[in-house]
Amino acid sequence: MSYGPARALPGDDIRITTNPDTEPFWLAAKAHRLTACQCGSCGRFRMPPTAYCPHCSSREKVWPDLPGTATLFSYAICNRHPRTGEPYVYVPVVVDLDGAPGARLNANVSGCDAEDVRIGMKLRVDWTPIADGWVLPNFKLFSPC
Amino acid sequence: MVWVNQDKCAIVGIGSTDYYVRGKSWPRTISDMAGEAILNACADAGISIRQIDGIAYYSGAGAGYLDKFDTASLMETLGIPHVGFSATLTSGGGGCPGAIGLATAGLMNEDCTYVVTLMALQQLPQHRLGVVFGASAPNPENSFLQPSGLVGPGHLMSVLARRHMHLYGTRTEAFREIVMATRANTHNRPKAIRKAPLTAEEYDASPMLADPLRRLDFCLETDGAVAVITTTMDRARDCRHKPAIVHGVAHGGTREWGRAFAWMGMPDPDFASSGHKFVADRIWEQTGLSASDMDVALIYDHFSCMVLMQLEDYGFCAKGEGSDYVLSGAIRHGGSGIAVNTHGGNLSEAYIIGMTHIVEGVEQVRGTAINQVEDAEFALVTGGPASLPVSGMILRRAA
Repeated sequence: MSYGPARALPGDDIRITTNPDTEPFWLAAKAHRLTACQCGSCGRFRMPPTAYCPHCSSREKVWPDLPGTATLFSYAICNRHPRTGEPYVYVPVVVDLDGAPGARLNANVSGCDAEDVRIGMKLRVDWTPIADGWVLPNFKLFSPC
Repeated sequence: MVWVNQDKCAIVGIGSTDYYVRGKSWPRTISDMAGEAILNACADAGISIRQIDGIAYYSGAGAGYLDKFDTASLMETLGIPHVGFSATLTSGGGGCPGAIGLATAGLMNEDCTYVVTLMALQQLPQHRLGVVFGASAPNPENSFLQPSGLVGPGHLMSVLARRHMHLYGTRTEAFREIVMATRANTHNRPKAIRKAPLTAEEYDASPMLADPLRRLDFCLETDGAVAVITTTMDRARDCRHKPAIVHGVAHGGTREWGRAFAWMGMPDPDFASSGHKFVADRIWEQTGLSASDMDVALIYDHFSCMVLMQLEDYGFCAKGEGSDYVLSGAIRHGGSGIAVNTHGGNLSEAYIIGMTHIVEGVEQVRGTAINQVEDAEFALVTGGPASLPVSGMILRRAA
């Protein structure tokens, strides 16, 4: 099928909320710094951030700077805006974050036609301003297709 | 190890309302429909509503997506004098057959004697599942999923299907065959919503809602209620019909599957799966049986791709071979493999969050199903792949 350019969803009506466990991730994103929740004791990553490390039960968290690149793990192609129902081609992706084994994000990918998206593509973070002053990490292809 | 409660309880009553296209059940109320299903199940069992003394729910006792059952209200509505057991499995439709296991727990603990398990669903416009997902207020956890626009269950499922296609070469023709094979079972079923035979061309013309899934890969959105009654074997023998014996049942799952597509954190091979392997292994261990011993499989089909992944997780074919297995005609009634969803499933008959699969399992082992599998002794019934728990059950024909 032919869909044309994949676009990120507009950020103005995207809302998030935070809690003390997740807020450091979003504060970093606001500063255009991609991070993930890492256990301060055993070093394993987990997302979304939770109170305890599921591997060692530690409550210590650290928030390292990641390279901002990722690998596309899977995706869907959607052709309707989820809130308005109007035609809108976007590609939700599940990505594995480089530098944070086991940590993923769900995002949109842009920078190529939707039908050209492939599992295994290398991506780099692309910051989208959203409601209430927050910033969402989306992703773009490393180079145009 | 053999399950300590194997063959000690049975489903003895099944009851339902008509099935309605979403929203069309109005002006009936959801409690009116639940009551009809329960009273019909009592009549089918040959017992009085006053003998009901336990309720085993699933889906957090949800009635659809926004309404909730309340045991005290049901008692007041129907005149149930007392209950000794009122409990629910957590999460959603994954727990459907597992609720029968919950019922056996109450019965074997001698808390109760006749246990109802039920679901009622009324999808008024604001109650549609897709809408409920999309409109749910952001919280700290779903803030890591919803902004991606994965707002409906079909969106979520398509990401798993895509990974399965990538890893194993699964073809969308296999999803089409699941939809067509299921539809082939409803032409003779009076209550089914979709009865017209489906051609490959019609499937291919169905709108692509979340590539690789088309509208016809999504299950129906329907209203209605279904209830079943479980009791102990000694009581079951006095009921009106041949008991459908609870031979094995399990719920649960592993952390790798865990929150499933509510987060998308599953590693391979769990990601492109139904999350059922843990409960599948448990019920095979409980019973000493395997997929090849099943005569019919009632597999929760909210989305066609999840039938394929459950066939793999329960061992009807090897992991990764679901596409070829389905395309060989194996799941057709009267086909070479296992008859799947002889009632038309969620895809073609009605979607009451899994309860219709239990009803069909009971009718198959009673020998009274409309699309009866000859000499059916064992029926597998599964719950919906979703966040844990998921569940599965084997019903056995009485001697």
